[in-house]
Amino acid sequence: MRPEAGLSFAASFAPALLDPARHTPEIVTGPNGKAANRRYDVYRNNVTVSLIEALAAVYPAVQRITGPEFFRAMARFHVRNHPPASPLLFEYGRDFPEFIEAYEHAQDMPWLADVARIERAWLDAYHARDAAPLAPTRLSAIAPERLADAVFIPHPAMRIVRSPFAAVTIFAANRGDAPAERIDASAPEDALITRPELDVAVRHLPAGGAVFASCLAAGRPLGEAAVSALDASPEFDIASNIAGLIAAGAFISLAAGDT
Amino acid sequence: MSAKHAVTSLVLAGAVSTALATLAAAGPLTKAEGEAAIAAKKEKCFGVALKGQNDCAAGPGTTCQGTSTVDFQGNAWKFVQGGTCTSIELPGGKKGSLKPI
Amino acid sequence: MNTVISPTRPPAMPLRFPTPIGGVAGTSFKPQHLSDILEAGPRRGFFEVHAENYMGDGGPPHRALEAIRRDHPLSLHGVCMSIGGPRPLDKAHLARFRALVARYQPALVSEHLAWSTHETSFFNDLLPLPYTDATLACVCDHIDQVQEAIRRPLLLENPSTYVAFRESTMRETEFIRAIAERTGCGLLLDVNNVFVSATNQGTSALDYLANFPLAHVQEIHLAGHAEQADDEGDLLLIDSHDGPVADAVWKLYEIVIRRRGAVPTLIEWDSRIPDWPVLQAEAAAAQAILDRHQSSGVAGERHAA
Repeated sequence: MRPEAGLSFAASFAPALLDPARHTPEIVTGPNGKAANRRYDVYRNNVTVSLIEALAAVYPAVQRITGPEFFRAMARFHVRNHPPASPLLFEYGRDFPEFIEAYEHAQDMPWLADVARIERAWLDAYHARDAAPLAPTRLSAIAPERLADAVFIPHPAMRIVRSPFAAVTIFAANRGDAPAERIDASAPEDALITRPELDVAVRHLPAGGAVFASCLAAGRPLGEAAVSALDASPEFDIASNIAGLIAAGAFISLAAGDT
Repeated sequence: MSAKHAVTSLVLAGAVSTALATLAAAGPLTKAEGEAAIAAKKEKCFGVALKGQNDCAAGPGTTCQGTSTVDFQGNAWKFVQGGTCTSIELPGGKKGSLKPI
Repeated sequence: MNTVISPTRPPAMPLRFPTPIGGVAGTSFKPQHLSDILEAGPRRGFFEVHAENYMGDGGPPHRALEAIRRDHPLSLHGVCMSIGGPRPLDKAHLARFRALVARYQPALVSEHLAWSTHETSFFNDLLPLPYTDATLACVCDHIDQVQEAIRRPLLLENPSTYVAFRESTMRETEFIRAIAERTGCGLLLDVNNVFVSATNQGTSALDYLANFPLAHVQEIHLAGHAEQADDEGDLLLIDSHDGPVADAVWKLYEIVIRRRGAVPTLIEWDSRIPDWPVLQAEAAAAQAILDRHQSSGVAGERHAA
């Protein structure tokens, strides 16, 4: 559809905002015929800097790990190639972890994308719908022979991030400003992210825990989830995992199979 | 691949009753801090600062971030200090690092 | 297709004209000040928030805003409706905005004469538009849609600008006056923006204020700005909201209040945010000016006894 007459200004003004190779749009000027290059650059800077800062706010641990200079250069690449589609800045950067994974200069930090995934999940949990976590008494009300069919409803804030690296340890060590200590990145770690009340909590799941929690979150019954977790990790402990997930506020409700 | 493990309803009932006992013992969260055996080890709670806020202020217009074309191209990039990545190690002594191309 | 008979939908919300809050000074609400604010208890004034930061489903932002709203009037300030853009308004965003207005019942609701989205990209900046008959019609249409959605008048804010458009045929004050007359919207006069734009456009802030339809002004913004240079090395002001209000802006503010009477006035501070007492002191300075003019302006001239 042809833009309506007299309304082509945005199409002329916008393309150079994120493309420094383009010239200042012809349609703008300074007062009394003055040049408009540095004037237009104010808009370029506002757009670029504010979006880089939005990414830095969503991914503070990633920035601390890489240092601000590396982070800002990497973020600027991402901002120029993937500007936000939503006007809500807390939604921005959902594809940043994948970008980091493919970013050639971050290849020596193979765990970095997973740290970013935990940070993105943290913010999603932060803004998720409020809901009261499942009361343990709901579980005790289910007859023993029907427990295998029990289906859990996940809390809106619950997220799981799995990593072949020590992403949870690296995340936790870099969200604050405690001095950096040596971390062995090679141990696989899975994160459980919850927000039962106001505070987002990031927990390190034990072996089999991520498979178990993911199965339950996907609506599979308790018996099946336990079998899948044991298949994945023979040392998986059902009791402590159920207790841990409920204590973390991972669920809001529970149904005892088909009544 | 079929399941290698079976979980009988008796095993499940026992596990649930153990879980409920753990939860009823009050403070499974604090207990989790110290015991690796508990399913979920709480790493840390973080504050309530908003991340990714919209505002209507203009940014620092004197920076050249909006117009810079030096994005890690060719040899323009130099090794950067300042991040914690050098303390994160992978087997074989390989550390995370930021390198020029 | 023109349909002569269009089904009239009953409005989902009744038309709301909120109780005026009078000549009080407020501040931006920043989450880092929450505990200081709650500790001090209810105070005279109001708080303004950027609507978009409260468009998540739940969590701490809403708890904080509920706590603030319990004891204080609220001003909801949208920053990315893209009212000044040629694209149709984002219906999903409009619905979120409407829901927020319905939920928090703010005393003031405002947006910008600017645009920020084009095609599928959101640029996160208040971008300028030319002032022509075509853009005027488009902006008025967008404001009609917003006002229809929120069932109450919107306050439209004048922008800070750094460039001019060759195609503009109207002055900004004429453009804004026409919008207010056609749509019935109110105006949010940002006095710092007046000063910044006048400096950047080589015009007079006093002339701007003389031509501005002050009778429609229902809120005022004050903020700090930063200094830079343009291509010729001349002063270029940046609407940075990162410091105290400049002396020149305070002077313009007093001129406006003397003529318009006391209206709700906001101290905006969005980056390098100071401790709460500093922000509060800035609001107190605005309140002192407001209190000197509480009965003037709208009430008509008064003669000293």
